Amino acid sequence: MSTILLQGGHLIDPASGFDALADLVLKDGLVAEIAEPGKAKAVADETLNVKGMIVAPGFIDLHVHLREPGQTHKESIATGTAAAAAGGFTSVCAMPNTRPINDSPAVTRWMQDEERGAVVNVFPIAAATMGSLGEKLSDYRGLKRAGAVALSDDGKPILDDHIMREALALAAKVGLPVIQHAEDTKISHGNPMNEGATSFKLGLRGQPAASEWQMVERDIRLASQEGGRLHVAHVSTAKSLEMVRLGRKSQVQVTAEVTPHHFLFTDESCSNYDTRYKMNPPLRSAADREAMLAGLVDGTIDAIATDHAPHAQFEKEVEFDKAAFGITGLEIALAATITALQHTGKITLTRVVELLSTNPAKIMGLTGRGTLAEGSIADVTIFDPKKRWTYDLAKTRSRSRNCPYGGMQFYGKVRTTIVGGKVVFSEL
Amino acid sequence: MKAKPRSLLGIEPLDSRQILEILTLAKRMNPARPRTTLRGRRIALLFYENSTRTRTSFEIAAKSLGASTVVIHATTASIEKGESLKDTGQTLQSIVDAIVIRHPSSGAPILLSRLIDIPIVNAGDGMHAHPSQAMLDAFTILNHKKSLKGLKIVTIGDIFHSRVARSDAHIFSKLGARIVFCGPDVLLPECARELAPGVEIVRDMEEAIRGADVVMMLRVQQERLSGMQINIDEYIRRYQLTPAKLKLAKKDAIVMHPGPMIRGMEMTDEVADCKQSVVLEQVLNGVKVRMAILTTLLGGKR
Repeated sequence: MSTILLQGGHLIDPASGFDALADLVLKDGLVAEIAEPGKAKAVADETLNVKGMIVAPGFIDLHVHLREPGQTHKESIATGTAAAAAGGFTSVCAMPNTRPINDSPAVTRWMQDEERGAVVNVFPIAAATMGSLGEKLSDYRGLKRAGAVALSDDGKPILDDHIMREALALAAKVGLPVIQHAEDTKISHGNPMNEGATSFKLGLRGQPAASEWQMVERDIRLASQEGGRLHVAHVSTAKSLEMVRLGRKSQVQVTAEVTPHHFLFTDESCSNYDTRYKMNPPLRSAADREAMLAGLVDGTIDAIATDHAPHAQFEKEVEFDKAAFGITGLEIALAATITALQHTGKITLTRVVELLSTNPAKIMGLTGRGTLAEGSIADVTIFDPKKRWTYDLAKTRSRSRNCPYGGMQFYGKVRTTIVGGKVVFSEL
Repeated sequence: MKAKPRSLLGIEPLDSRQILEILTLAKRMNPARPRTTLRGRRIALLFYENSTRTRTSFEIAAKSLGASTVVIHATTASIEKGESLKDTGQTLQSIVDAIVIRHPSSGAPILLSRLIDIPIVNAGDGMHAHPSQAMLDAFTILNHKKSLKGLKIVTIGDIFHSRVARSDAHIFSKLGARIVFCGPDVLLPECARELAPGVEIVRDMEEAIRGADVVMMLRVQQERLSGMQINIDEYIRRYQLTPAKLKLAKKDAIVMHPGPMIRGMEMTDEVADCKQSVVLEQVLNGVKVRMAILTTLLGGKR
C-alpha cells in the first residue's frame, strides 16, 4: 500500500484535541505520523498539497438509505456510496428498510460484500424487529456479529411500549444503540406535511409536533428504566429537544441527530406543493428550525445526519399527498452545515467536525474512526471551508435527484475523501 | 399590471381587479343566449371525484360558449389502471385546448399546470381550493349588495375540510370584506385565522352571526372526517342555522350554501326555503361565472 503525505493543511481532530497546521502521513491504511509542517519523516509515494484546507477525520453519516437490496431503481450501494464520497463521508450507516428488510445476518453480510462496489465504509443498521413489523425482536447478537452497528425500524417506529422496552434491554446487553424514528403514527396518520398554518392554507392534513415529541418522551422514559443507549433519529421539533435535555439531566444515555433540511428549511417551503420538500419527519415551523440551530450550537444535538433518501422521478412527480417521503443530501451536508452555522459565526470548524465525524463515531462505537490520532484508521476528509460554489444536481453521483438543493449556493466544499488510506474522491 | 392569467388554479394569485373583471363579464353571460366565443375549442372535464353540480355547470358553460366538451371520469378511464396525472395530462394536451380538473388531492391542478402547457381550470382540489365556486359566491353577493367592502360575512360549519371556505375567504378578503369563521375546534383550527387578511374566528354561533350581511353555511363532510369525533346532536344544537339564529343577522342578510345541503343538519327546512336563502340563485350564477372564466382564459386570439 502506498504512503500518502497530506502537506500544509489545517488539521482539526476534536477527539485528540489537535487543532493546528500539520502534515499528515497515511500508511498501510492507518494514520502513521502527524508532524509540524515540512517535518514529516516518512517518505511518501504521493504528496497532496492541501494548503488552505481543513484536514479532518472522515465524516460519518448516521442515517442513509442505500436502497439495496431491492430498490436499485432509486439507488445502489455503489451509487449511494459514490455520492457519500463526494460529500466527504468515509462511512455511512445504512438503514434497514430495504427489500427484503435487513433483519437477518445474511442481509447484513450481503450489504458489506465487496461485490456491492461500495467506495466508502458501509455499516448496516439492522432492523430492531423482524420485518420491521414491531412485533418480534430480531437476532441482535447474530446481527452484531455480522457487522450491524445499531438497531432501528426507521420509518416504522416501534409503537408498542413492551416491544420498545425489550429492544432497549436486549440492545443494552449486546452493546448496540437503538435508533428510533420518533413518530406516533396514531397521531401523525402518515400525513404529508407539518401541521400548522401552511398545511391549513394548502388544504393538506398535517403531522402535529406532538406526534414526534411524545414518542421521544416515551422512549426516554423507557430507556431510563431499561438502560441502554437511545439515539433519536432526525429530530425536528423544539419540544423533542427539550425531552432530550430532560433525559440527559436524569442520566439517560440519549443522543440526537438532525438533518440539514431541518435546520435549513421550514414548512413554508411546501407552499407550492413542491414534493422536493416532502420528507418524514416533515419540515417544521420557523420556531422549530431556530431550535435546531440552537441545539447544534448548545450541544443538545450530537450529530448531523443526512437521512439521504433517494427516489425516482416518477415517485416524486405526483400529487403532494401521494409523493414518496424523503430527499437526497449526502453531497451537500458539509456545505449546508458550514453555510448555515459556521459561515454565520454560530459554530466553529471544530464543532463542524465534531458533528460530522467525532460524535457519530462515538454514537456508533466505531473504534479507530472519527479521529486522526496516530494509529487510527486513515479515513480522512479534506475540505475548503471558504469555497463558494453552486450545487449542480445534474452532476450528482446518486442515482436519484429528488432534492431541493440543485442550483443553491453554498460555502464549504469537500476537496478530497480518503477511505482506509485510499483516495476515493478528489477535486484538488 | 399583472399578465392575464392563462389558468385558474386558485383565488390567491389573482388581484381584485382581475376578479372584478371576471365578475363584470359574468353579468353579461346567460346560458339561455348561447355565444360562439369558443366555437371549435375542445375542453376536457377531467373528474377524479364525483360531482354533479360543478361538472354540469362547467359543461353547460362551455357548450353555451360554443365549445365541445368531453367528460372523463377517473373510474372509467385508464386512470383506474394506474396512469399518473402526468401521463393523463400529457395525453389530453395533444387533443384538447383546456382541462377543467376536479381532484381529491390538494394541489393536483397546480402539479398539472407545471407538467403541461394548456390552460387548466381548477374545479375543486382536495381541501385546498374551489375558485370558480368562490367567484360565483362573490357574484351572488354582489347581486344583493353594492360591494363587498366592509361586509360581515360569516361562514359556519366544517371549515377544515372545505375548499370552498378557503377560496371564499381569499376572494372576500381581496374584495374587502370581514370574514368570520365559526365552528368547533376540530373543524376549525386556530391557525385558520392566518389564511387571509380580515379572517377572524368566533366560536359562539350567535355572537358570530350577529349583524352579519351574509351567512354561509357549510356541510359537515362526514366522508372526510377520518377519525375525528363529531357528536351530531351537539353539532346541530350549536351550529344549525335556525330562524331564531338567523334573526340575529342583519334584516337584509342573505343565506348561502355551496351545496350539497343536508336539511336538518346545517340548516332547518324553514331556513333553506326562506326568502333570504339564495342557494338556488347560486346554481344559476355558477353557469354565468364559469362562462366568464372560460371566456377570460380561452377567448381572444388563438
